[in-house]
Amino acid sequence: MTPPPLVAVVDYGAGNLVSIEQALTAVGARVAVVPDPPALAGADALVVPGVGAAAPAMERLKRQQLVEPIRRWIAEERPYLGICLGLQLLFEGSDEDGATTLGILAGRTVRLADAPTLPHIGWNQVERRRSHALFDGIADGADFYFIHSYAGAVSDDAPETILAETTHGRAFASAIAAGALLGVQFHPERSGTDGLRLLANFMAIVDASRSGPAADPAKVLA
Amino acid sequence: MLRRRVIPCLDVAAGRVVKGTRFVDLVDEGDPPELAARYAAEGADEIVFLDISATPEGRATLLEVVERTARRAFIPLTVGGGVRSVDEMRAVLRAGADKVSLNTAAVADPSLISRCAATFGRQAVVVAIDARSIANHRWDVRVAGGREPTGLDAVAWARRAASLGAGELIVTSIDRDGTHSGFDTDLLRAISSSVTVPVVASGGAAGPADFVAAVTEGGADAVLAAAIFHRRIHSIGEVKAAMAAAGLPVRLAKEAA
Repeated sequence: MTPPPLVAVVDYGAGNLVSIEQALTAVGARVAVVPDPPALAGADALVVPGVGAAAPAMERLKRQQLVEPIRRWIAEERPYLGICLGLQLLFEGSDEDGATTLGILAGRTVRLADAPTLPHIGWNQVERRRSHALFDGIADGADFYFIHSYAGAVSDDAPETILAETTHGRAFASAIAAGALLGVQFHPERSGTDGLRLLANFMAIVDASRSGPAADPAKVLA
Repeated sequence: MLRRRVIPCLDVAAGRVVKGTRFVDLVDEGDPPELAARYAAEGADEIVFLDISATPEGRATLLEVVERTARRAFIPLTVGGGVRSVDEMRAVLRAGADKVSLNTAAVADPSLISRCAATFGRQAVVVAIDARSIANHRWDVRVAGGREPTGLDAVAWARRAASLGAGELIVTSIDRDGTHSGFDTDLLRAISSSVTVPVVASGGAAGPADFVAAVTEGGADAVLAAAIFHRRIHSIGEVKAAMAAAGLPVRLAKEAA
């Protein structure tokens, strides 16, 4: 019997980790909160959470010597889920404070345009642009919880990266996928049943990437 | 489309949920994580915790209650009451809160708002404004649980708080709190039309029609209530059905999977 996947949740001081840790545990993951590179050993998946601004986040990741391990992880095409700031950091830079970020995805993190209120706080619809296992069993247009003012603008050269979009003012990419690299601008750990379902789907994807039979997300959730 | 939120508010003292009228005459309403889990299952869009004892012993109890709640309810949690510093805010966020609400300490030292926003991002900083009517279309900000007048104009303070880095405002009418006489939509409109950050209406909810009015007349982005939910006078579902019937975008709860 293979043990459940071990998910490393990167702890770089960016707020509430209780929710993500608890939500991943609820869908059957073993969770390690990871403040430094050695703690990454043995992980099957990397989750980078976080809210707030890019510059202090990059500063802390550098100080904790986590930038290169994260780059290597992604280069090796291992499962990665970026949540909110953890998605934005994948782009080249942020207009919020001019920070240079990881530059793994083409495009920049920009302020939401024409938004009637900012920050964009609350539940909003996530509309699918293509099908992906991350959204298995979740209705197209389902509500997820957002809390942000900026979002990554996916380059026009890579439209297939966009998994889903959400509209607040204008439409922005609310979920992306590029191989094993996944990112969501909303907070699945704060999005009730559908959020847990999405995390269970992520665990199934992680499980399938190991050499074992894939877990059934419906069973994981039950 | 962004949904209008319905938010049950849990006033917490000594680890229990309580509710008063015009901020006094407290009655015990239950165990915080228990109530929060019930509301999450019933379709609450967020939970707000206010530590109304705000004593040092109360604070330790609160952090424990916040963590137990964050582990049970997979919806966002805002925590307020007595937070006076960046370090205190950090402790509350680490316990599992998504947002922290500042009130008395922000009035005493408005730079607290900008310091917290610079450290945690403005989306995590909520400023709660307790307002008391002093004349037609004039409201005074009160602090210390509604007991102390400040001489600050509520609309001017709302504008200043938002410009300093508040990402959301919880606007409570002290005149209406616990009276079941409806939200002060004039107060809400005066503030929501002056800022671009989301405004949460609070104080006075009696029935579903009041939630509709808070949005349509008051311009609120979210509506908060306590007693009518705690005492099961109205359910979150009833409130949302009324909002949906009025054409407002709401997140309708699904049957549990």
